[in-house]
Amino acid sequence: MQQDYLEISGLTVSFDGFVAVDGVDLSVLPGDLRFLIGPNGAGKTTLIDAVSGLVPATGSVRYGGHELTGRKVHRIARLGVGRTFQTATVFEELTVLQNLDIAAGHRRGPLTLARRRKGVPAEVEQALETVGLTELVDAPAGVLAHGQKQWLEIGMLLVQDARLLMLDEPVAGMSAEEKDETGRLLQRIGADRTVVVVEHDMDFMRSFASSVTVLHAGKVLAEGSVREVQADPRVQEVYLGPGHHSQAEVETVLGEVS
Amino acid sequence: MTKRWAVPAAFAVAAVLLFAVAPLALSPFRLDQLGRYLCFAIVAVGIGLAWGRGGMLTLGQGVFFGIGAYLMAMHLKLADAGADGTPDFMALISSDGVPWWWEPFRSEVVTLLAILLLPAAVAAVLGLATFRRKVRGAYFAILSQALAAAFAILLIGNPTGTGGSTGLSGFRGFFGFALSDPANRLVLFCTTAGVLLVMLALVRQLMVSRYGELLVACRDAEERVRFLGYDPANVKTVAFVIAAFMAGIAGALFVPIVGIVSPNDVGIVPSIGMLIGVAIGGRTTLFGPALGAIAVAWAGSTLSEQFPSGWTYAQGLLFMLVIAFLPGGLASLAWRRTRASAPAPSAQPVPAPSGGN
Repeated sequence: MQQDYLEISGLTVSFDGFVAVDGVDLSVLPGDLRFLIGPNGAGKTTLIDAVSGLVPATGSVRYGGHELTGRKVHRIARLGVGRTFQTATVFEELTVLQNLDIAAGHRRGPLTLARRRKGVPAEVEQALETVGLTELVDAPAGVLAHGQKQWLEIGMLLVQDARLLMLDEPVAGMSAEEKDETGRLLQRIGADRTVVVVEHDMDFMRSFASSVTVLHAGKVLAEGSVREVQADPRVQEVYLGPGHHSQAEVETVLGEVS
Repeated sequence: MTKRWAVPAAFAVAAVLLFAVAPLALSPFRLDQLGRYLCFAIVAVGIGLAWGRGGMLTLGQGVFFGIGAYLMAMHLKLADAGADGTPDFMALISSDGVPWWWEPFRSEVVTLLAILLLPAAVAAVLGLATFRRKVRGAYFAILSQALAAAFAILLIGNPTGTGGSTGLSGFRGFFGFALSDPANRLVLFCTTAGVLLVMLALVRQLMVSRYGELLVACRDAEERVRFLGYDPANVKTVAFVIAAFMAGIAGALFVPIVGIVSPNDVGIVPSIGMLIGVAIGGRTTLFGPALGAIAVAWAGSTLSEQFPSGWTYAQGLLFMLVIAFLPGGLASLAWRRTRASAPAPSAQPVPAPSGGN
């Protein structure tokens, strides 16, 4: 358990000479609900792409005592690293149950795979309850509402037994109630897991983040509690432009300072 | 209740039709023809799994069909020639005797094992090599098609080994039974029908299994599957191997039924022909591919008896029409009708098509 933290050091990702992530150092401990914020193009999504193995990177990403860089996507996933995408990606032609069952199954042997599923596996049942989709268990994932798809994806991470969850804009396009619901869900599941959330929604961040890392132009600009990064003049400069800003201006863009 | 019995009932009807009605109603000549169609249906069942459920557009099933067919043909030629004898066509064009790579297939056991294992092994190597490199979609289709072309060229270029462009023909016996005896031909037909039903049952099991769901997931969102800890290359290779296994067996049964195998049965055109029936019948369903393949093969024989050159065009046109206007095949029509006639769905939406009907 003590090993279950994410430690990124000197992580660099470049595409044809363009450096998207530039020597990022970052540590996230279990129980933390870490938000990654930053203006468009700051390298937030690229950072979690690199951690999950989707894009090649230099530097080091260690999780649970394993070096992740250089490993294939499915090998990283098997080490307990799960992620979602900006646009919910579920298997639309399969039911909610089938989606979750597949997510639970990468350890299954050929004999189990060749047989029909009998009943609902315990971990799937639990995840259904956690994300609140129990009543939709037999619905095709394609007919779910936008928010429900995101919750299904989070449920898939749970049955997958991911210990490190990286969520890419989980509340984009959600209603206020759905956002609240999602935030509480993240707090519940984040209690004993390591959760990293990429988000643009400042109000959502302010309500639910336990710590925040601000990225800008591929580098870490600031890190700390919500209040600390809101008060940081460099963060204000990136979001509002250079010069001094009034309290009201800051609150408009970075959310109300509590 | 009706749904639960639909598939077993369909199997029962198919068994009655194949084992009782067809042998009684058809002349020996027509029964042989139907046997040939059933061979294509066996290939189609495999394509249905790989293409319909797995999304792999296999344009080169002729290769695996051909491997099975040529293995069987080689064994039959050797058996006809007697112990240590040289097959007639070889003695005609060369005095070198039987090539070393023919020798193992004097044995019935070796031949049968090779028919079961060799196409599957070739598919496993090809599948892993291509899917690991993330070759898919049209690139995979072109690759498999090129393979069929290469295989046909290889056969044509090797007249002493494989009979060249005329292929291998003139088989007299089949594992000790005379192929001229109608009773033996009836047994051969029933064997083919039995194999078809077993293959359908196998694919049915795979479709309702967890593997079947995983395969559909790989078809629809391969990258997402990766992030769940699976290597989609392995999942897809399994389906590809099973399809090749079925094609190999179909090829082996084709040889004694039809009495000849040549490069014309394994190249690009026949490989595409094997696919058309699957598309028309409904590639994602259980029975669609087999029924489509039988229908297309039957239409092909019937029409080409009357209009020898017209059939190829009709076949191409049919394929285009189905792909353009009925991507789910004819099976989707039946499916739509059952949906329309079903009682109005409540809040629960209708489940996606996940099996045969």
